[in-house]
Amino acid sequence: MTGTAEPAAAFLVPAGTAGTARVLAARGRWVLGAWDGLSQAVEGAAAGLAGAGAVRIEAQGIEALDTVGAIELARLARRLEALGPVEIAGLDPVRQGLLDAARKAECAPPIGRPVERPIIAVVERAGRAAYAMLDETLDLLAFVGMVAITLGRTALRPARLRGSAIIHHMEKTGLDALPIVGLLSFLIGVVLAYQGADQLRRFGAQLFVVNLVGISILREIGVLMTSIIVAGRSGSAFTAQIGTMQVNQEVDAMRTLGLDPVEILVLPRMIALVLALPLLSFYAAAMGLLGGAAASYAVLDVTLAQFLRQLQTAVPVGTMLVGLAKAPVFAAVIALVGCYEGLKVSGSADSVGRLTTKSVVVSIFLVIVLDALFSILFASFGL
Amino acid sequence: MDAQPPYSGDETVIRVRGLRTRFGPQVIHDGLDLDVRRGEVLGVVGGSGTGKSVLLKEILGLIRPAAGSIEVLGHDITALSEPARVALQRRWGVLFQDGALFSSMTVAENVAVPLREHTDLDNATIEAAVRIKIRMAGLPEDSCSKKPSQLSGGMRKRAGLARALALDPEILFLDEPTAGLDPIGAAAFDELVGGLQRSLGLTVFMVTHDLDSLITVCDRIAALVDRRVRTGTVAEMLTESHPWIRNYFHGPRGRAAIDAQEAR
Repeated sequence: MTGTAEPAAAFLVPAGTAGTARVLAARGRWVLGAWDGLSQAVEGAAAGLAGAGAVRIEAQGIEALDTVGAIELARLARRLEALGPVEIAGLDPVRQGLLDAARKAECAPPIGRPVERPIIAVVERAGRAAYAMLDETLDLLAFVGMVAITLGRTALRPARLRGSAIIHHMEKTGLDALPIVGLLSFLIGVVLAYQGADQLRRFGAQLFVVNLVGISILREIGVLMTSIIVAGRSGSAFTAQIGTMQVNQEVDAMRTLGLDPVEILVLPRMIALVLALPLLSFYAAAMGLLGGAAASYAVLDVTLAQFLRQLQTAVPVGTMLVGLAKAPVFAAVIALVGCYEGLKVSGSADSVGRLTTKSVVVSIFLVIVLDALFSILFASFGL
Repeated sequence: MDAQPPYSGDETVIRVRGLRTRFGPQVIHDGLDLDVRRGEVLGVVGGSGTGKSVLLKEILGLIRPAAGSIEVLGHDITALSEPARVALQRRWGVLFQDGALFSSMTVAENVAVPLREHTDLDNATIEAAVRIKIRMAGLPEDSCSKKPSQLSGGMRKRAGLARALALDPEILFLDEPTAGLDPIGAAAFDELVGGLQRSLGLTVFMVTHDLDSLITVCDRIAALVDRRVRTGTVAEMLTESHPWIRNYFHGPRGRAAIDAQEAR
């Protein structure tokens, strides 16, 4: 593989005739590193021998022959065979074997990827995706039912509930999320108040910033932000944890030992999240309001006392309850989707990654869809 | 292949001296010496955790040893500039445990990767070379356009082998080539490796647990015991007094493999 820059002419040298055949002597190192010169030599020789008839290639002068050299030799033979009989002499059995393989490979039709017709492929993909979505929805519903049954069974025998697991998952999903949820909610509060103040100042209605921040944070954004963060943080973690256990066949082992994976893996996570998310949402709302108050003070000189007084008159406590009422539902959805995708992991490690991504996307999607439904529901109740 | 000096029997292509490997407080190799001669098949055995795969990765330059020198084809692997390392990498081929094929590419594209990366061959030549390698590895013609996920474990290994052979390497590294194959597939793979080694004049460095592979294809065996290696032919290994080696070759599985070889 040394990049010897041998001149092209050195590889194939005319060596007179043998009977009616023209003789070409092959020389030098027919290897990958000399490919440029080799291919030129082959081209040149094939062109130079046009109309020559029979050709005999004496190959004993080849010092080294690798796959690429064999391919070039095969190519030369094929080009010359179009003109007349070709004989390649002087190869030892190993080289002859390589040349035979090269001759087969050299003239075969191109490999190519499996044929794809683009338009049909798009239609096919869309169809498959639609069916997959239907299957998936049914599957998820079946899973929800299964969890509900297990939950009911466990409710009859609460001793089976794994208390320490629930506490552990509450810590992981709730307590450990406090810094990030708090910071992001505070910033959202700041942004809302800042933008609101800018608009409301034009009408001289600066103080209504408090209404804007209070209602939007308490009713919608607090719980929605928290749910989205938790879906990204904990929903994905559920999928990855359970998925890894699937890959290690731990879930199968549980089943064969007569343990119910839904009871052991899914219920504690779901119960923990259902308990933790409302608390987190409340905390997020408080931090959001704090952010709003800070921004109001900075931009509008509204003191904290004024902010709180206005908040009391503008926002009834029901607004907060409407917001928090959604949290357990979102929590259940996030936990169910996370666990469902985790249990769907099969065999390979790359399906853990794929399904983790999917679990986050699906749970955020469902959270927002449910939020929209809740809005319609509450509006029709006049809340 | 022919692009290398002829088999001389005593030229050393891999020379490991005083190798020391540590993970935290845990010493894996200590003062390990190993020579691999051109044209031989060396089987590396050892209990779990004795650092067989670590040794392989150190020779390949994927892990840096704590001390000692590793020379491959005359180059010190631990003190190699980037271009020199790339040049050296072209002279060896590696087959990882499950083939390590790139999952987004077809088998043919996988085998073509080293050729496209490291050479300026035209497409027709690359394709012909790919076809030769795939045939050498004993894969059927129609597997060229398949994705790795469509292949069985044994076929994935063969495809990985075809990729490892793409640049006509001088040294072939195999990491547990027969693990996870059924006995028939494993025997066929052993035969394939042995055949390729003979026809291409390869030097083969094989990490394995498979006693049958050791006995059928390996010229010498390196056993990792007590953080060092002991090398020798199968016959020499049978007379070793070290307890682990005795257990390994005189245990029921070792005996069975040796008896089977003798009966052949």
